[in-house]
Amino acid sequence: MELGFTNAAYVVAGVLFILSLGGLSSQESAKRAIWYGITGMAIAVLATLVGPGAGLWPLSVILIGLGGAIGYQLATRVQMTQMPELVAAMHSLVGLAAVFVGINAHIEIGRVAAAFTSAGLPFPRAYAETPEIALASVAVAEQFRGFAALVAKKIPVEITILQIELALGIWIGAITFTGSVVAYGKLSGNSSLLPFKIDTAAKKLPGGHALNAAAAALSLICLVWYLGSGNGLALAILTLAALFIGYHLIMGIGGADMPVVVSMLNSYSGWAAAAIGFSLGNDLLITVGALVGSSGAILSYIMCKAMNRSFVSVILGGFGGASGPQMAVEGEQVAIDADGVATALNEADSVIIVPGYGMAVAQAQSAVADLTKKLRAKGKEVRFAIHPVAGRLPGHMNVLLAEAKVPYDIVLEMDEINEDFPDTDVVIVIGSNDIVNPAAQDDPNSPIAGMPVLEVWKAKQVFVSKRGQGTGYSGIENPLFFKDNTRMFYGDAKASLDALLPKID
Amino acid sequence: MKIGAPKEVHADEARVAITPESAGHLQKLGYEVAVEAGAGEKAGFLDSAYRDAGVEVVDDAAQLWKIADVIAKVRPPTEEEVARLEQGKLLISFFYPSSNEKLMELAKDKGASVIAMDMVPRISRAQKMDALSSMANIAGYRAVIEAGNNFGRFFTGQVTAAGKVPPAKVLVVGAGVAGLAAIGTSTSLGAITYAFDVRPEVAEQIESMGAQFVFLEFEDSELPDGAATGGYAPPSSPEFQAKQLEKFRELAPEIDIVICTALIPNRPAPVLWTKDMVEAMKPGSVIVDLAAERGGNCELTRKDEKFVTENGVTIVGYTDFPSRMATQSSTLYGNNIRHMMFDLTPGKDGQVVHNMADDVIRGATVAHAGEITFPPPPPKVAAIAVQKKEKPKELTPEEKRAAEVAAFRSETKFQVGLLAVGGALLLLAGLFTPASFMQHFIVFTLACFVGFQVIWNVAHSLHTPLMAVTNAISSIIILGALVQIGSGSILVSILAALAVFMAGINIFGGFLVTRRMLAMFQKS
Repeated sequence: MELGFTNAAYVVAGVLFILSLGGLSSQESAKRAIWYGITGMAIAVLATLVGPGAGLWPLSVILIGLGGAIGYQLATRVQMTQMPELVAAMHSLVGLAAVFVGINAHIEIGRVAAAFTSAGLPFPRAYAETPEIALASVAVAEQFRGFAALVAKKIPVEITILQIELALGIWIGAITFTGSVVAYGKLSGNSSLLPFKIDTAAKKLPGGHALNAAAAALSLICLVWYLGSGNGLALAILTLAALFIGYHLIMGIGGADMPVVVSMLNSYSGWAAAAIGFSLGNDLLITVGALVGSSGAILSYIMCKAMNRSFVSVILGGFGGASGPQMAVEGEQVAIDADGVATALNEADSVIIVPGYGMAVAQAQSAVADLTKKLRAKGKEVRFAIHPVAGRLPGHMNVLLAEAKVPYDIVLEMDEINEDFPDTDVVIVIGSNDIVNPAAQDDPNSPIAGMPVLEVWKAKQVFVSKRGQGTGYSGIENPLFFKDNTRMFYGDAKASLDALLPKID
Repeated sequence: MKIGAPKEVHADEARVAITPESAGHLQKLGYEVAVEAGAGEKAGFLDSAYRDAGVEVVDDAAQLWKIADVIAKVRPPTEEEVARLEQGKLLISFFYPSSNEKLMELAKDKGASVIAMDMVPRISRAQKMDALSSMANIAGYRAVIEAGNNFGRFFTGQVTAAGKVPPAKVLVVGAGVAGLAAIGTSTSLGAITYAFDVRPEVAEQIESMGAQFVFLEFEDSELPDGAATGGYAPPSSPEFQAKQLEKFRELAPEIDIVICTALIPNRPAPVLWTKDMVEAMKPGSVIVDLAAERGGNCELTRKDEKFVTENGVTIVGYTDFPSRMATQSSTLYGNNIRHMMFDLTPGKDGQVVHNMADDVIRGATVAHAGEITFPPPPPKVAAIAVQKKEKPKELTPEEKRAAEVAAFRSETKFQVGLLAVGGALLLLAGLFTPASFMQHFIVFTLACFVGFQVIWNVAHSLHTPLMAVTNAISSIIILGALVQIGSGSILVSILAALAVFMAGINIFGGFLVTRRMLAMFQKS
C-alpha cells in the first residue's frame, strides 16, 4: 500500500489515542476511552503491517500473537494488589524494545554505508550529486527495504541528526529498562522473577549522585565520539552507562516514593518512543511518545505536589534534609481488641475509613467492603478518605476498593473530606502510616514536615489497624498512635477485619 | 494497703467516692477496699452490692478512718475528719486548698498526705482523673434538666392539631465543660441554643455542639487569651464587659432559659446577668446559675435556693447539681479516683508510691511528708497549645480585584516569557536543522501540548488506569520494530523480532489490565 494510506491511518490512530487519554476524566467515559485506545493501537499496527517498508509480516503477526498470549495471561492472572509491579515490569519491556530498535537503526546505517562504499559511492550522500552518482546511488539504495531504504536517501546533516536521535532513544530506553526492573523489584519486595533481592530502602553506591553525574558525562562523551565516527563501541558504552544510571538512580529512591518513580518511568518510556520516532521518521511514534512522555511528567508533578515535595529532590532520591532533631514522641500506644472496635462501630453514626498500603498487602479490601456494606445497611454514614499518595501508585486505593465493589461515590479525596474529621465518630486507619502522621503539621523538623496529611486525629475516636509497633515506609515515628483518642488494633489487617465482622450487628 | 470511703458527712451530699464497680478495679491494683455502712445508699449503691463486690462494709466512720490507709472522699473533709488522719495516711478528695488553708495546716501537722482532686493539672495525660470536668459535665446536663423542670413549655417547636408551639430559646453563658454539656443537652432536647464565652477560640466548639455563638464585635488585641491560664477564662477588660452586658440586654427579652456557667479561677463569679436583664425577661423564664457557689453570674441568685422573682422568672441557685445525679456522678468520680490510684500504684501491688516527680501527682498533692506543697510549681507541659491570633485579613473587593489583576499579569508575563524563550530556541534550531527534522518536530511539540492539556483533566481516582493505559500506548514502539523486521540483515531482524514480541506483551497486557481496573468502578 501507499505511504499516504499509512499516514492517514496514523492520523486516525493519533486522534484515537488523544481521546483515549482525555476520556479518563470520569469513570463512565473512561470505559469508552479504553476502546479508543485499543482501536487506535489496532489501526496503527495494521497500517504499518500493510504499509511500505514492512516485511516478514507473517512472522510479525505470529510474534504479536505470542506476546499477546503472554500479556493476556499476565493481565488476567495478576492480583489487583500487584498492579504497581506489573506496570513497572511492563515499562521495562518498552524501554528494552526502544533500545533494540535504536541499535537496529545504527546497524542499518552501517549496512547502507557499507553498500555505498563497496559500490564506490560516497555516503552519506552529498548535497549536490552528479546525475551519474545519483543514478548509481538509487540503484544501490534499491536493494534496501523499509527503514534502510529511508536511510539510503539521507544527506550528512540528516545522518548526524539521525545518530543523535537514535543515541537519545537508546539512552532513555536503557534508563527506563533498568530503572523499571529496579522499581519492579522494590515494589514486589521479593520477586522470584529476579535473580537478586532488591532492598526497598533508598540505597546508593558510595559516591552517590557523583556517580550518576559521571555516568551522564561519560554518555555525553560517547555521544560526541559516536557522532564523529559512527563507531559501534561508543554506542555500546553509552548504552552501558545509561543502564547504570537507570539502576543507580532508582536504587537511591525510597520505596515510599515509588508512585512518583513509576509515573516518571512511564514518562521516560514515552520520550524514548518519541526519540525513536524521530530517527525512524515516524510521526505516529513521535505523537504518541510525546503524549505519553508529557502525561507521565505531569502526573509525576501532580503527585509530588500532593506530597509537598520538590520534583527534583524526589527524582534525585532522598528526602529534603531536615534541620534539628525530630520531636520525641511521648506516651504509649494503647491496644484494643475486636470487641472494643465493634462496640465503638455499633455506636458510631459516622465512620471514615483510611486505607493504605497495609490494606493492599493484607488483601483486606474485600473484608473492608463487607464491613462497609454492613455498616451502611445499619444506616451509618461510611466514607473512605484517600490520600493522594496512599499505596504505591497514584489512585492505587481507588482501584483496590473498586475491585472490592465499594461504590466510588463514597470514596473521597483528601481535600474533600479533611474538614469532616472533627464531626466523625470513628476513623479506622487500615495499614496507612505516613499519610496520617500529625508530625507533618506539628513538627517542622520531621522529614515529612509540610506534607498535607489526613487529619484523622481530629475525629472522636481513631482505630489503627496495624501489624505491629514498627514505623511506616519512611521510617518515621507517628505521634498519632500515641494520642489519647487513638487505639491500636494490632494484627494483620485482613485477620483483624475478619474477626471484627461477625461482631457488628 | 486498704482503701476506704466513708459516708459523706455533708447532709445534702449523695455521692460516694468508691462504687462497687470501681472497687473491683482497685482490687485489681492490689488494694483491699472498705466502705462505711450506708455510704453509697443515696447514690443507689447498697451495702449488699459492695459486699458482693468483695468490699468490706465497716459499721462506723471512726473505724473506717482507723483501718484505711487511703481515704477517698468527695467533699473536702471537715476538721473532725482531718483530725482522724494519721502519719502516713493519704486522703484523696476535693479540697479547694486556696480557701481551706486551715485544713491544710491541720493535715500537715498530722503528717498525712492530701491529694486534692480539684488540683489535678489540666493536661491530656491527666484527663482520666479530672474530676472537675467529669462533675462539670454532669452539672451542665442537670442544669438544663432542672431548667426544663421549672419551665412551663416544650423545648422543641411543634406544630400540632392543637396549635403551634414555638421552640424555647436557651442562652448558655460560659462554654467550659459544663457549658458545652448544657449546650449539647439543650440542643438535643430541641431548643434553639445560643452560647457565649469570652474566649473567641471556643466558638468552634460551641458551633460543633449545635449552638450559635453570640458574637461580639471587638478588636483582637483586647480579647483575652485562654492559653495563658490553662484553658480557663481570664478576667476581661471593663470595655469588653460593657459590650457583653449590652449584648445580653438586647437578648434578654427573647430568651426563655439562661444557663450561667461562667467562672474565673480563684475569683468570685463575674456578674453577667444583671437585675434589669432579669426584669426584661418574660414571665415563666428560668435562670439556672451554676456559678451560685461563688456568688452567681446572675445578680439575683440566692445560693442553694430556688425562688421566683416578682416578674415570674424562676432563678435556680443550687450548688449540688452533681449530687442530684448521685449514681451517675459517683460512677464517674469513682473512676476518676481509681485512675488516680492507678497512677499512684505503678507496681500494681497495692502499695502507694507517692512520686513527687510526676507532674500530675505533684500538682494535685497539697500536703505531703509533713509539709504543705501548695501551690504547686507550674506544670512542665503547657495545658493547651497557644492559640493562633492572626486571622487572614478580610480583603476588600478592590484589594481582591487588584490581587487578581496582579496575579493575572504575572502569569501572563511568565507565559509570554516562556513562549518567547521557547520560540527563540525553536527558531535557532530551525536555522541549523534540515526541513525533514523540523517537520517531525512540529508534530512532536504539538503532541506535547496536547498531552499537557489533556492530563490535567484526568480524575484523581483514575491515575492508576491512566498510567496503565499510557503504558499500553507507549508500546507504539512496536511500529519502529515492524518497519525494521523485514530488513535484509539477520541481526536486525532478530532484534526487531524481540522488540515486536515484547511490545506485543505490553499492548495486550496493558490494555487488558486497564479494562479490568475500569470495569470495577461502579456507582452505589
